[in-house]
Amino acid sequence: MHAPAPPGGPAQFWLGVRMFLPVAISIAAYGVVWGVLAGQAGMSVIEVALMSGLVFAGASQFVALDMWTPGSLPILSIVIATAVVNLRILLMSATLRPLAAHLPLPRALAAMFFVSDEQWAMTMAEVRKGSGSIAFLLGTGVLSWLSWMLSTLCGRVLGAFIDDPTRYGLDFAFTATFIALLLGMWKGRGDLVPWIVGALAAIATSRLIEGNWYIIAGGLAGSFAGAVAETIRERRHVA
Amino acid sequence: MSLEALLAILGMAAVTYAIRAGGLLLANRLPATGFAASWMKHLPGAVLAALIAPVILAGGAAEAIAAAATALIYIVSRNLFAAMAGGVLAVYFARLVLGG
Repeated sequence: MHAPAPPGGPAQFWLGVRMFLPVAISIAAYGVVWGVLAGQAGMSVIEVALMSGLVFAGASQFVALDMWTPGSLPILSIVIATAVVNLRILLMSATLRPLAAHLPLPRALAAMFFVSDEQWAMTMAEVRKGSGSIAFLLGTGVLSWLSWMLSTLCGRVLGAFIDDPTRYGLDFAFTATFIALLLGMWKGRGDLVPWIVGALAAIATSRLIEGNWYIIAGGLAGSFAGAVAETIRERRHVA
Repeated sequence: MSLEALLAILGMAAVTYAIRAGGLLLANRLPATGFAASWMKHLPGAVLAALIAPVILAGGAAEAIAAAATALIYIVSRNLFAAMAGGVLAVYFARLVLGG
């Protein structure tokens, strides 16, 4: 048995920062793309700063942009879609509970603000190595936040120099980005069912109901079907 | 900044933080495996598929070609920015050629 890792401290924080550096660079590339699209969707610089700073969850911010129609914002469907896309984080912060056991609850809760896919994955990888702590998570999270904030603002400011997006085919940037984001989520054949059912349910809903509800309907139907298919496969595996 | 934008952003921020904090608070009651966990895991992919499908269906041949080009570039390069730029270029030229 190794001695238990020290419960945190500045050393863990800076280790998190150092290890996260390469990931921060790819987050920045993704942030610039989001910032450009945010400008196209009609978001102001202040709105970009507020959303990136307070929401700080990339995939849900991309989805919100697709629904961003200034003048008649569908606030309720934007908030519901955000919850649907981010619900997976619930399971991530749940697995961090053992790391937070020795911390005062308010501090542990404050640190949870920084939980997202990349930070969580890197912290859990560190835990498997016998290290890892909330301080480590904070190190990755603070760098991730800075990278996301600066890159989305850069994208928004740079994007302002492009006048008519359709003239350059830039209206397609949304769809192209979503296709790439989706393919990046591919983990195996288990993803086929949720994606296909989600797509079909969205197409059907978009024909039947006005507005953006097809995104939420497709997301819920597709993921439900994916879970049903996975459960059936696992039962067969056991039997 | 408009009131509606402020409300939407604050709503998004509140619901996202509630999820982040909720996971820690409910840790002992949440399923780590099984149906509910699998369902939550599949949400983001299904949402993205739901976003894309109606848009591609509503577009013309140029958009379909560009969508295929985007997918191909991403699979080969694994680079979000290259895929986006390639997709935009593809739709631009496809529209020029097809007159869309």
